[in-house]
Amino acid sequence: MYQLKKVDKKFPGVHALKAVDFTIGRGEIVGLVGENGAGKSTLMKVIYGAYQPDGGTVTIDGKTVRFQNPRQAMEHGIGMVFQEQSLITNLTVMENVFLGFEQQFVRFGVIDWKAMAAAARHQLQKVKLDIDPAMTTAKLSFAQRQLVELAKVLTLEERIDGDLVILLDEPTSVLAKEEVELLFSLVRELTSRASFIFVSHRIDEVLELSDRIYVMKDGEVVDVVDHDAAEVDAIQRKMVGRDVDKEYYREQKQKPFDPSSALVRFDAVSVAGNYQNISFDLHPGEVLCLVGTEGSGREAILRTIFGLEKPSSGSVIVKGSPYSKATARAAVERGVGYVPRERKIEGIVNGMNVYENMTLSQMANYASNGVLKIAEEKALARQWIERLSIKTPDVYKDCGGLSGGNQQKVVLAKWRSGGSDVILLDHPTRGLDIGAKEDVYDMVREMSDAGAGIVLVADTLEEAIGLSHTIIVLKDGVFQKRFDGSPGDKPSLFDLVHHMI
Amino acid sequence: MAVTGSPEAQKSAGGISRDVLVRWAPLLVLLVLMAFFALMEPRFLTVRNFARILIAASPALMVAIGVTFIIIMGSIDLSMEGTVSVCAVSFAFCFIWLGGTLASWAWLALPLALLVGAVLGFVNGLIHVKLKIPSFMASLAMGFVGTGLAMVMTGGDRIRIEDELFRSLLTERILNFPLMVYVAGLFVLIAWFIQSRTTLGRNFYAVGGGEELAHGSGLNVDRVRVMGFTLAGVFFAAGALLAVGRIGIAETATGNNFMFLSITAVVVGGTALWGGIGGVWNTLVGVLIVFVIGNGMVVIGLPGYVQDGVLGLLVILAVILSTDRKSISFVK
Repeated sequence: MYQLKKVDKKFPGVHALKAVDFTIGRGEIVGLVGENGAGKSTLMKVIYGAYQPDGGTVTIDGKTVRFQNPRQAMEHGIGMVFQEQSLITNLTVMENVFLGFEQQFVRFGVIDWKAMAAAARHQLQKVKLDIDPAMTTAKLSFAQRQLVELAKVLTLEERIDGDLVILLDEPTSVLAKEEVELLFSLVRELTSRASFIFVSHRIDEVLELSDRIYVMKDGEVVDVVDHDAAEVDAIQRKMVGRDVDKEYYREQKQKPFDPSSALVRFDAVSVAGNYQNISFDLHPGEVLCLVGTEGSGREAILRTIFGLEKPSSGSVIVKGSPYSKATARAAVERGVGYVPRERKIEGIVNGMNVYENMTLSQMANYASNGVLKIAEEKALARQWIERLSIKTPDVYKDCGGLSGGNQQKVVLAKWRSGGSDVILLDHPTRGLDIGAKEDVYDMVREMSDAGAGIVLVADTLEEAIGLSHTIIVLKDGVFQKRFDGSPGDKPSLFDLVHHMI
Repeated sequence: MAVTGSPEAQKSAGGISRDVLVRWAPLLVLLVLMAFFALMEPRFLTVRNFARILIAASPALMVAIGVTFIIIMGSIDLSMEGTVSVCAVSFAFCFIWLGGTLASWAWLALPLALLVGAVLGFVNGLIHVKLKIPSFMASLAMGFVGTGLAMVMTGGDRIRIEDELFRSLLTERILNFPLMVYVAGLFVLIAWFIQSRTTLGRNFYAVGGGEELAHGSGLNVDRVRVMGFTLAGVFFAAGALLAVGRIGIAETATGNNFMFLSITAVVVGGTALWGGIGGVWNTLVGVLIVFVIGNGMVVIGLPGYVQDGVLGLLVILAVILSTDRKSISFVK
């Protein structure tokens, strides 16, 4: 019996877990659902020892425990099967299964491979996987790797006394339908050996497998539902249940766009492995929002417009002509600007100053015969610093030293000053504080007033609803539904969630 | 207020002092070294001795500047020894064939040598970019090819350049410093112009600072890389010309030792090995540090092998100083 009582976790600026109570008994399967940012992953990290709670108690069979790290949690029988598969692909299956615990097979300083293989075979039998333990992991299919991960966690059974609790984080996201069925029947059988916490954004699967379901919202457990009493609709309502603040998203500034011409035209476009058969038009002045869970194909669509992904079928027409060869360079030349999610990695060049970053995509305009006109660059930078009220001491400041919001403004200034009128925003407000977010919303409105078309992958659903003219909902790379987001007639959070999961 | 304000002030002061330290440490090291040697042996501080240091440093400075551009891009070029040898030898052959004196058409051998350097660098860059071979391996291999090529061309012989006009690089002095020092200075200014005033220079920093981003901003990263290696080749050739001017001999061994000297100088000067940070002035200071140590040790009478040891320690120290270890989790 594993129990959390009034567990609290705070990060600077965020109250991630608010007095969460959570119980799992022997042989139970417990589901955990919630929107992105609801606190699911924080809760999981507390459970498997990656985070230490700030308040409350964790007890196993009535005894209070406190884990400093995941290894200590494992010694108490808590194992994690990671969503991002954590197997090292160039090692063999058995080496992965016993990674970090090879000592038991060491005789006179040498690993007894035969003993390890036998032990690994025993573990693999538990998950009904009939493969050679000496095989290189890279040769396995995703489904097989998932099972190896499970087998790896099940080695705890021999190593510790007491009950096992195994966390499954989005275990079905890479599996085909039949594989999911196999996994579920296996998990049900394994309840004789362990209890499971099942985290997934696919509510139907959670419903099918779990004995009990915890619904999280804003760091709290808002409901606990039994398997028999669970209904998809009711759970989805509990997951959202908030209203969108119109002021905050500058809704009053939203103006209708011009539907007569198209900046970007997607006609039945597919990128193998990412999304299939997507069609839409992006018009001047339109904010088009792509909504879906992680892996639903949102980012891949942005990357396709920017020429980083090559469509496997269908046609992408940017400003009247298709790409002859899809490259980022061609996209930039046509006036497409991409603001990626990780500013530190892909948004600004660390070590280059403000004006150098702003002219990076348009250096040819600020040079003659390869010699830069630095005075003009600085003038441009000063103009945009003023226009977007970028907080920087001067144009010589290293962009790496600016705050996140100001870095974002520099990136937007880069594209807008270069005349880009198709702007792709991937989580533009991620990691920004509220004031900086509002600045970004203002900029979005200003850009669309100026006739730019914006494709947005928003950080939250509220943001998507508040900012967009049009919302396209995707699920597993397939188009689900299109919503009109005119002011006063916007879809509710529930409408979107209903089609997303 | 003063109390509440102070932690932040301290923090920013700490941050600034680290930045300032990293920026000025190489120059500080150079000054401290010079003061140290001057105290140990007053003869170190003579114009005559400085001229000696600068003459020795000029060819290496050219090579080091060439490789600086590559390191700013986050790559590395190890082809300098081969390239210098080939450039020196082809210059010498062509010079003698065309008349053997700068007063004749033989002056054409000078631009030809630079062109040879450019071609070698260009090929080097193409191999690295088009065949997707890591730059250190591609350039190291090209360096061996160059050394071999120089050997084939000379058959192991030394070629003497006795033209007085060409040797005036060493013999003719203005204000006690020979002409080659001024030529090297001119190349430094050209390099600085390229670094700070041209799109190519800016692109080097963009590629080194964030290759993904440079690509995402529409830069032709492959082209920038090839151009970088070509430019480095030109500076290697300039180094070859000064090296021949200094000794009056072109041979396969002309290129010896440039690899260790130049990379050491660049790193000691504070250019970061992962790219994006540093530049021509850093390299100038780095080269001077390396040669002041070499010269100073001789002047105060220490054996030459101590010099290598000290240089090695200095390289480690420079990398420690210029690395922000908190931001790096693994080093391969």
